[in-house]
This record gives sequence, structure tokens and C-alpha cells, in this order.
Amino acid sequence: MNFQENYDVVVIGGGHAGVEASLAAARMGSKTLLMTINLNMVAFMPCNPSIGGSAKGIVVREIDALGGEMGRNIDKTYIQMKMLNTGKGPAVRALRAQADKDEYADSMKNTVSDQENLTLRQGMVEELILDEEKKKVIGIKTSTGTKYGAKAVIITTGTALRGEIIIGELKYSSGPNNSLSSIGLADNLREIGFEIGRFKTGTPPRVLASSIDYDKTEIQPGDEAPNHFSFMSSDENYLKDQIPCWLTYTTENSHTILRGNLHRAPLFSGIVKGVGPRYCPSIEDKITRFADKPRHQLFLEPEGRNTEEVYIGGLSTSMPEDVQFDLVKSIPGLENAQMMRPGYAIEYDVVMPHQLRPTLETKLVSGLFTAGQTNGTSGYEEAAGQGLVAGINAALKVQGKSEFILKRSEAYIGVMIDDLVTKGTLEPYRLLTSRAEYRLILRHDNADRRLTEIGRQVGLVSDEQWEHYQAKMAQFDREMKRLNSEKLKPLPDTQEKLGKLGFGPIKDALTGAEFLKRPEVHYNEVIDFIGQAPEKIDRTVIELIETEITYEGYIKKAMDQVDKMHRLEAKRIPKNMDWDKLDSIATEARQKFKKINPETLGQASRISGVNPADISILMVYLEGK
Amino acid sequence: MTLTQEFDTIAAISTPLGEGAIAIVRLSGTDALKIAQSVYKGKNLTQVASHTINYGHIFEEKRLVDEVMVSVMRAPKTFTREDIVEINTHGGIAVTQEILQLLLRNGARLAEPGEFTKRAFLNGRIDLAQAESVMDLIRAKTDKAANIAVKQLDGSLSKMINNIRQEILESLAQVEVNIDYPEYDDVETMTSQMLLEKTAHFEQLLENLLSTAKRGKILREGLKTAIIGRPNVGKSSLLNQLLREEKAIVTDIAGTTRDVITEFANIGGVPLELVDTAGIRETDDLVEAIGVERSKKALAEADLVLLVLDASNELTDKDLELLELSKNSNRIVLLNKTDLPEKIDSTQISGDFIRISALKNENLNAVEEKINQIFFAGEIEAKDATVLSNARHISIVEEALKALKEANSGLALGLPVDLIQVDVTRCWQLLGEITGEAAPDELITQLFSQFCLGK
Repeated sequence: MNFQENYDVVVIGGGHAGVEASLAAARMGSKTLLMTINLNMVAFMPCNPSIGGSAKGIVVREIDALGGEMGRNIDKTYIQMKMLNTGKGPAVRALRAQADKDEYADSMKNTVSDQENLTLRQGMVEELILDEEKKKVIGIKTSTGTKYGAKAVIITTGTALRGEIIIGELKYSSGPNNSLSSIGLADNLREIGFEIGRFKTGTPPRVLASSIDYDKTEIQPGDEAPNHFSFMSSDENYLKDQIPCWLTYTTENSHTILRGNLHRAPLFSGIVKGVGPRYCPSIEDKITRFADKPRHQLFLEPEGRNTEEVYIGGLSTSMPEDVQFDLVKSIPGLENAQMMRPGYAIEYDVVMPHQLRPTLETKLVSGLFTAGQTNGTSGYEEAAGQGLVAGINAALKVQGKSEFILKRSEAYIGVMIDDLVTKGTLEPYRLLTSRAEYRLILRHDNADRRLTEIGRQVGLVSDEQWEHYQAKMAQFDREMKRLNSEKLKPLPDTQEKLGKLGFGPIKDALTGAEFLKRPEVHYNEVIDFIGQAPEKIDRTVIELIETEITYEGYIKKAMDQVDKMHRLEAKRIPKNMDWDKLDSIATEARQKFKKINPETLGQASRISGVNPADISILMVYLEGK
Repeated sequence: MTLTQEFDTIAAISTPLGEGAIAIVRLSGTDALKIAQSVYKGKNLTQVASHTINYGHIFEEKRLVDEVMVSVMRAPKTFTREDIVEINTHGGIAVTQEILQLLLRNGARLAEPGEFTKRAFLNGRIDLAQAESVMDLIRAKTDKAANIAVKQLDGSLSKMINNIRQEILESLAQVEVNIDYPEYDDVETMTSQMLLEKTAHFEQLLENLLSTAKRGKILREGLKTAIIGRPNVGKSSLLNQLLREEKAIVTDIAGTTRDVITEFANIGGVPLELVDTAGIRETDDLVEAIGVERSKKALAEADLVLLVLDASNELTDKDLELLELSKNSNRIVLLNKTDLPEKIDSTQISGDFIRISALKNENLNAVEEKINQIFFAGEIEAKDATVLSNARHISIVEEALKALKEANSGLALGLPVDLIQVDVTRCWQLLGEITGEAAPDELITQLFSQFCLGK
């Protein structure tokens, strides 16, 4: 084959999955090419101008711990930072940043451009080149006819794959934000034999900031106390002049306008055929499904420091543009607002994810990986997390090294990928904390503890990050040791101090750690009794100590479950397993096994419709092999 | 790595269900000896030699459940190559089930169909050629168990469990929505106080369900009833009234070691198993015939004690002694012989009593009502009431209740709602095991149908 250039890894698509995938592969030493339809849209945020939030914020920390880029990039380009769920338990706290969209994309594009081993190029890929047996990918071909050789290819095309934008009665071929739709590749994937699904998502209108009457809305400021996504960022750089968001609501009038035009809503008129996400319904969907709600919250989110565009969070819609004009004006604060872009719905092709292995390599074509929205997920963070895993695995495969699979008990990224490849998805998949059975272990404060070492092993974590992490852990160990040895004794002055703080007296001496176990006691109060540490303890270390000690019982209970699951996970099912040989198994289980081809007993046990007896039989069969 | 390590200790009744001379409850696993010992009085089973059979008694706390022979076989020379304990019971379904329940409460897990055989295979006791038959066995037993389970899971029970699950699910969804959509002000935040009210309510529902387990047993097995009283107070007449021709069922339980005639009376739908009726007939004086010690034992074994006093005479020391002796039992005091002038000083009797005439068959329906009140809180009418009777179901509900109690103690400690949720979720999942495979993503579906969310 006559290739223009040869690469180890080619990544198709420069969105959030594509940049993580290409950076990871390049940083691991693979010669990598990132092909994007439009160079001006690298790391572009086509929807909400924010990164993080519940579960997703933890994913960003996980990406950072593994040596990925998203956390670092948002820490450089946010305009507001907020810790969510501070009033709840440690397992569900999550960070969210409002991003400066343009800066975020520019900064990421620069990182990609500057990365050694990584070539960034504009071009539309139309075809995958396979070997003679059609079992293995060996290169790609672009719309201009240029061919590139590749040992591994990662498809991260987002909503561009046969994308179609819908606004009212209007429907036209387009990728996100009126970029080019990728049709050749979509056809090619069907030809190769992939099962392709059709999903739908949408975005709200944007309005001009200077036309908003903010007096009629409520201010939503960021946090004063510093927090960052990246474990490497320092408090000194925490942004002081943050930009607030604003809260407003739909009105009865808004609902009347929508109801009067429902017959023109593409969602109900039959124009939209793709499956939309339940967790992100459009406003016309909300007023229909929850007809008795008098109003819905809307968040006015600035899209950046140097732009007048404001995103109306909560008002995602594909109603005709004239309805959108009226709708916007029916909202308090937006009576005179100028709409800058209308909202729209977008339909796109999805490679149904049950066709993937937990490494995100397709079962059908060796060396071909898919990640992000292509796999049926939604969200920048979900995309980035998969991109990272696909990038790492592509590089490992090229280098002939063993695979990288995150367990459900190790990372939200692991939960997401296991859900996708084991259960598949029938709608755009969003991570939720309730999807994680071990969420007490998958916390934002211990993401580095869970994953830095793993990232180091695969070769993504830099020396600087590694040393930083080790220093933090050494401090954690020293302070834990001190807390476990220094004691509060039942002496009169201790008892008096306890009384003053509102605690009952103690009967026997107890260690600082034992004292900290009481839910109402914090680290600072323990220090009141046992004295300051000889060194300055980092606030993130204090947070980790408090969580690990206060919730020790619950964490241990969760760890016991993890141990049990790991034993099932360790039991591997051979690659060439012939499911027809298992006569005693239930028919439904056999069909599911054939479709999913689980790789471990653990994965097999999570397939819906498979019961414990089937797993028992499988276990007996495997043992007999 | 041997797969043995990952297994819990399992228990099951290994003899066919039904009345037999003996029945065997079998335990297999690392903790088999420890768990058996925790309910057993006799030689210390954890210290006896392997492959021995030991005589002793099974106790639930202080209550004697059965006289048993226990075989102890230590790994590896056993069927499963794990420690095995086999408890030989007296064959009644009730007592055997009860012993199984006791073991489950003390740390054993109910064996899956074919699981003993599966372990035998996995631990290398059965050779490779038999693998196929093991798999078929698991399949066959599973199907059979499924059929049985379907039969046992009557409509009202599954409806009730589903209702409880749905209520729990709604609370869970509310906690989840607060976590995943923290800024949505239309959703009320689930506080610890609110959750506590919910979990207390769920706890009550499960307690009620478990109490039907006891009721189910009574309805099936009958109440062990002792009639006591000094001579000539009318015990025989009472017995004869209770055993009136149309009501009486007399059985001779063959094959038991105790050569005792047991008679059943059907009182308002409740079978009364009348203890030692032969003794009453022959001597009309249980206490004198068998001595105070044996009376005490009869009282201890009885679910219900009918103490008969002669209303036409004054209370004697013997009467007072019997009143004292039976004061901690489920006792009904009967003032008999109301057909004669009353001489008894009823103010000396603490608690309720019922005036009857056994001879004239007067006011015996009051006795029925009283029994009803004591054991069923007056609810016996509901013949199709939800009854928990399957061992597996009972142990699951008990586990679920335990999880709820942990949630409550966490709430009392002031732990955040999302930690408490771990235990509530467990409770919800456990209950799902009774009604069958839980639907995938049930919680997430609930989340999005209950609340209006989205960007």
C-alpha cells in the first residue's frame, strides 16, 4: 500500500476524546497523527461551557491522576470554580468549573501542537484501510485521497458521524455547530459490519450578555475557598476575579408558547428519530412529561471572559427559530435579550458499544478503537475518559504490551466502560454517581491515590507528577502515624477543653485517630489536643485523612465487597470460548454471552438476564477446561 | 488460587422435604463448625475429633429447639473437601426449618441449588468427567427450585415486597437526585430526619412481614398447648370440649423417639397441639403425675398454656403455685364451673381471666378470641394474608432488616445521607432477590421518571 506517511496511532476527531487519546499515545512514545475535520474546532465545547459536576468532576480528577490533560487545561482556563455537594458525604463531593470556551480550546490546541510525537492535521477521514482478511486495520484514507499507514486507529468522531442538525421543520447534514458531517466514514463502518445506532442530543440558544437584565435573576457566584481539578495545581494560582452565573426560570407564558407550537416540535412531529437522553431532555420534552410543573430552572452561563455569548442552561430545544425568539423573551431577565444562536437538536451515528472490548478496541477489527460520543456516551468528561483509555491501549498494543483495563472499583472511568461494553446503552450514556456501586471508594479526594501509580506504570505520569504524588503520600502516612500514636488522656484540662467544645468527657485515653472517628470531630479539633504536626500539612491531605478515618467502617465494608468481586474478575474466560458447548445454560444467557463475549466471570455476572445458576455452570465449565 | 476461599459457609436441608423419621441439615465451609457450635449445646464441636457423631441439643438463645445428633467431618476428607457438619433432627418440617433458619441467622448462607455438588467438583473431589453432570444437576435443581419458589411466592407476598421496594426506591431516587443534580431547587433535599422517618417506616413494614413468618408457622404447625390445673378443676371436660368429635384430629406420630400421643384441636382455624393429653386423661393431674420439674418443662415447651381454676372453690396454695409457675408463658387463666355458684376470690389473680363452663360448653368462644388476640393481634380473619414461609425468603428479609437497622444507627450517629444510602440500597437489593431478577438500571429509570432534570 502506498502510504503518504506511516504512524503508530491515528486518531480520527479532535474533540475531547480525540485530544486525550492522541496526547496519551504520543506521550507513551507512539508516533501519533490527530486528524480533525476543522483545525479551529480542536477541544471545542459545542454545548455547555462547563467541565465537571457530579461524577463527571471525579472523572476529570481521574484523568489527571492517570496523566491526562483535561484537568490541567481547565485549571488554566476557568472563569468560575465551585465544589458541589459540600453539605453531603465525602463520596459525592464534586468540582465544577465554568470554562472560557475559546481559551479552553486554544490552550488545548497548543498543548496538542506542542506535543512531541504528535502531528495535528486537518482532513476528513472517509475510509478505514483493512488488511486482506478484513480483520485488522492498517491505515486510513481521507476525502482528498491521501492514505496514511497506521498500526492502530482510534475513532473519536463525536456527533459528526452522519450528523444532522434539526431546528423546527429544518433538517440538514451537519456536525456540531455547523461543522462538516462525516458521512463517508459512517458508511464505511456499516460496510465493515458494525451495528450502528442513531442517537440524538441538543443544545439551548445563546443570548447576548449586554442584552440581559441581570436584576431579574439571582446571582450564582463561584467559591472563595480554592479548589482545582489537577492534583498539580496550587492554591496560589486560584482565580480571584471569578465570573458568576445567573439563575432564572421559565414562566407560564413560556409554557404556553411551547404548548401552542408542539405540533411543530421535531421531537413530536416525527422528524427526530434518534434516541435522546432522559437526563438531558429538551424544554419541550420537560413541559410535556412534567406538565404540572409551573416553572423550570434556567442557568445563564457566560461562555467566556472575552465573549458576549451566554448559554441558557436548561433551555435545550429544537423548536423552530421563531418559537425560540418568543420563548427567550418570555423569560425574566431575557425580555429584551438578543438571541445570538438558536438551539438545535443533532442526530448522529453510534457504534453500539457492546461491540467493544473493555480496552475500547472493537471485537470485529483488530487495532481499531472507538471512544467518546461515537460509543454512545454524552459529555466532555465521559469522552475524555474514554479517549484516554483508548489512547493508552492503542499505544500499548502497538508496543506489544499488556492491556490497560480500569476496574469498576478503581475509577468512574472503569464503571462507565464496563457499563458500555457489558450492558450496552439504548440512549446517550451519562455518568451518574448512582451507577457506581463502590462510590465510597471512588472519591474525588483519593483519585490520585487510586490511579497515579497505575498511570505511572503505563508511562503517562511524568516524573514531576510522580514526585509530587509521592511527597503527598509520604506526608499522609506520617500524619496518619502521628494521629494513631498521639493520645488524648482523661486529664482534667483535656476534659475541660472537651466540655468547652461541646463534647462529653472521655473515660480512657484515646488516640487522635480514634477521636477523629467521631463524625462531629474534625482534624483541626484533634490538633487542638495532640498539637500541630511538625510540618505544614496540605489541605488535601487533611481532607483525605478526615475521610479515611471518619468513614473507615463504611470504606472497609465496601472494600470487602470489592475483594469478593475481584476474585470473580480474576477468573478469565478464554477468548475463543464456544458458548454452544455449554448445553446446560439457559438460552437467554447463551444469547447474551454470544453477543457480549464477556472476558471475565465478573463481567459475565453483570450482564442483565444472566442468573447465578448460569454463572455457576460457567464456573464449573471453566474449571473443567 | 483455590476457589474455595471465596465461598461462604453454606447450609441447606439435605433430606427430602416432608415428614420422615429424621431430617438432616447440612453445613459446608470454613465456618461450618463455628456456626454449628453457636447454636448447639453438647461437646464443643470445634474440638471434637473428625468424623464423629455427637449427641446434644439445639438452642435458640435459651429456648430448646430440638434434641439432635451432629456429625462433624473436617476437610479435606469430606464430600465438598470443606468442613462439613450434619445435624440430624427429629424429622418434623417445622423443627428442621427452624434449625436451618437459626444457622442462617448465625452466619451461614442458604446453599444455591446443586451448590454442595458444585463445591465438590470445584475442590477436586469429583473428577472432570463428571463436570457435565454437575452442570445438568445445577440446571435441573435450579429449574425445580424456581418452580417451587414460584409456588411459594404467592401473589400477595410479591405484591407486598414490590410495594415496599417501590417505596424504598422512591426515597433512594430522591437521595440520588440531590447528589447528581445538586442545584435543582425543585427537588426537596432529603435530610437525615426525613430519611430516618422513611427507614423507620420501612423497618416497621419488614418487621410486620417477619411477624407473619411466625404466624405462618403457627397456622401450619399449630400451637403447642399445655392444659394445667390441680385435680378436679375440669381439665378433662375442657379437653373433651376442645376435642369434640367434629374438631378432633388424633395423630400418632410414628417413628419419633417419644412415645407420646399428641392430639390436635381446631380452635377458630388455629390448630392447637395439645401436649401430653394422655397424662391428663389418665390422672387428671399433670403436675402430680409428672412432677413439678416436668410441668416446668411442659410449660417451657408450650406456645400456649391454659390454666384451669375451679371458680366454685376458693383458691388453694396449689393454684397460686401454678399461677406463679406459668406467669411468664402465653397463658390464659380459665375460671371454670360457672354453672355453680362462684366462690373464688378473683381479685387474687393478676391479669385477665375468662369465665367458662367446660361442662356446659359456655363461653369457650371467648377462649378462641383470646388465643386470636395473643398470637395474631386479632388478625386471624385474613385467611389470604401475606405470609412469609419460605426459608430463603425469611433469611433475606432478616438480612434486609439488618441493613435497615445499620442505616438507622448511621443516621443516629449523624453520618451523611449518602452513606446511609449504602445500607438502604442494600436492603432494597436484597428484597429484589425475593421477587426475582431486578430490572437493569431500575434506580436510574426511577430517577428520571420521578424528577424533571436536564440542562
